[in-house]
Amino acid sequence: MLSIKDLHASIEETPILNGVHLEVKKGEVHAIMGPNGSGKSTLSSVIAGREEYDVEKGSIDLDGQDILELSPEERAHLGIFLSFQYPVEIPGVSVTNFLKTALNETRKARGQEPMSAKELLRLMREKMELLEMDKSFLSRSLNEGFSGGEKKRNEIFQMALMEPRLAILDETDSGLDIDALRIVANGVNHLRSKENAVVLITHYQRLLEYIKPDFVHVLYKGRIVKSGGSELALELEAKGYDWIKEEVEA
Amino acid sequence: MNSDQLRDKLSSSFIVFENELNGERRTPLHQKRRAAMERFEMKGFPSTRDEEWKYTNLKPLLGTDYKIFHEGEQSLEFREIKRFFLNDIDTYKIVFVNGKYSSWLSETTHRGFDICTFSAALQRHRHVLDEYFGRSDEEPSSTMDLNTAFAQEGAFIRIGKNAHVDKPVEIVHFTTADAGPSFNQPRNLIVLEEGSSAEVIERHRCLGEQETLTNAVSEVFLGAQARLSLFRIQNDAPQAGLIDHTNIHLSRDAHAHTATFSMGGRFVRNDLAFFFNEPNATAQLDGLSLLDGGEFADQHTLVDHRVPHCESREFYKGVYGGAAKGVFNGKVMVRPKAQKTNAFQENKNLLLSEKAAVDTKPQLEIFADDVKCSHGCTVGQLDEEALFYLRSRGIPEHESKALLLYAFGDEVIQRVPLKALRQRLHRLMAQKLDVDFQLNL
Repeated sequence: MLSIKDLHASIEETPILNGVHLEVKKGEVHAIMGPNGSGKSTLSSVIAGREEYDVEKGSIDLDGQDILELSPEERAHLGIFLSFQYPVEIPGVSVTNFLKTALNETRKARGQEPMSAKELLRLMREKMELLEMDKSFLSRSLNEGFSGGEKKRNEIFQMALMEPRLAILDETDSGLDIDALRIVANGVNHLRSKENAVVLITHYQRLLEYIKPDFVHVLYKGRIVKSGGSELALELEAKGYDWIKEEVEA
Repeated sequence: MNSDQLRDKLSSSFIVFENELNGERRTPLHQKRRAAMERFEMKGFPSTRDEEWKYTNLKPLLGTDYKIFHEGEQSLEFREIKRFFLNDIDTYKIVFVNGKYSSWLSETTHRGFDICTFSAALQRHRHVLDEYFGRSDEEPSSTMDLNTAFAQEGAFIRIGKNAHVDKPVEIVHFTTADAGPSFNQPRNLIVLEEGSSAEVIERHRCLGEQETLTNAVSEVFLGAQARLSLFRIQNDAPQAGLIDHTNIHLSRDAHAHTATFSMGGRFVRNDLAFFFNEPNATAQLDGLSLLDGGEFADQHTLVDHRVPHCESREFYKGVYGGAAKGVFNGKVMVRPKAQKTNAFQENKNLLLSEKAAVDTKPQLEIFADDVKCSHGCTVGQLDEEALFYLRSRGIPEHESKALLLYAFGDEVIQRVPLKALRQRLHRLMAQKLDVDFQLNL
């Protein structure tokens, strides 16, 4: 489904990604781990289409289609979803209006009829229940004054509504207490199917206890330096990243 | 035609106007007109050398050979202009076509309150005009004087003691294509007596492609505990210019709320002044400029705290795209006697393009020591992070920008208590931003 080959990306002439290779097939869950500053968030931003990054080399294909020339919205229409590490506060735009616009613009781009207000509300209620969210949440301004946990839950709520083919979760676990983590993980697991894929970007192994990955990759200095099964995450948790750094330097 | 020639034309037009007045010429009201004309002739039109017009160049609008008087009467069918009125609610309507009152299109009343015209008031309420006409400004600007000199028609609203106007009053001034380029000078007088209240909505609309320049004056006097809401929708045709002067005087415990929405037209200059004459009065001044192309709007406000214990809150926002330009000049005067004044002012602006510009100038002159005053102004651009966030959720770039601007502008619209007007403003904003969503934010 997602095929990244030899990806080099930089921001303001500072190289961040130095040849990333990653193959994600549908139905799979991949975890990308690595120390701070290794390029994890850059990778997710580049996949989602953030324009500040310059991609100098390499390719990103989704189902065989080159997406590098596509705008962020076009990528979303193809089914890519990025759960932000730091969701942006947007005063004055209510969660409902935002979701209505996002869903219907996406449907429009896919040649589908817009969703009726009633249908939309039913869908939102269903997903809110899944994420144990309060109704009052819908009329609040998008992320404004939300706690860290509420922001993350809102991201997963959006994901549940958009039903993406490829979900990238950028440090969704950071700043979550154990209950919120369980709820968020529940939401992600609910989305998992044979048809879609999930890429989890995380610092800690903690999230992976709830969402079991099929593959774990270690990103370091802008390259994937080690890949393995879920046991690799446990090893990293126990031993830290120093041994990986030493392996790479050697 | 240049501004000197236009001034000469106005001078000779004034003589014509006077000659048609007969007995009226000796009235005190006309003496005020004549004095105003003399002052205008001395000062002429303002130029960018005047401090109050430093950022605003009126000159390009003064090169047209405007008609000063309209000939004949022009009728319009209601269905042609229906869209310029609020449609979901019942309102009083004072409608002018080419400067002349249209009884056909209007819906006025004398039951319990006088909602009629300046010319009708000349017949029926001359004592009210003698008392208030030309009294709202001790130092009138030259354009205000020019309006005073020619004042003969406009809206007249007088609400008696403790009366509450049961529905909003819409004042709409139309000019039609066959009027040719025209110079319009409507004159409104609003007097709310003690304990009374009213809501007023005013707009100017040019229906053809002819150039128009409207030089309007509204004088407003609020008695003790009176409450006025005064809303302006300024989204006139691209070749229409507007200079508006509104002076609001407040007595004890009175409250006035103005909200000015400048969303179009070639040129808009709002001179809006509040005068606190007695204690415990409050004022709220809201404004939104939403402009693109070559549009221009200058929001010039004055809040004059002359007495103690009054409060003013001013909140203006601006969005400038294309080569649009805006001005915000907010003067707050707190005179030595005006202790315990609360005066707050905020001005926030977004520039959407390299060519767009705004001059913002808060001007606080505080001569009392026991007061709370604050002001803040910002000029920024759309938040790139927010834009990426919205786009990553499938909302196209154009719609994402519009959504952010809609939210930015909505903060002002939400201050309008009248739902039908809020809905109209939402629709105008979506239209201006060229998007088809109409969100109830």
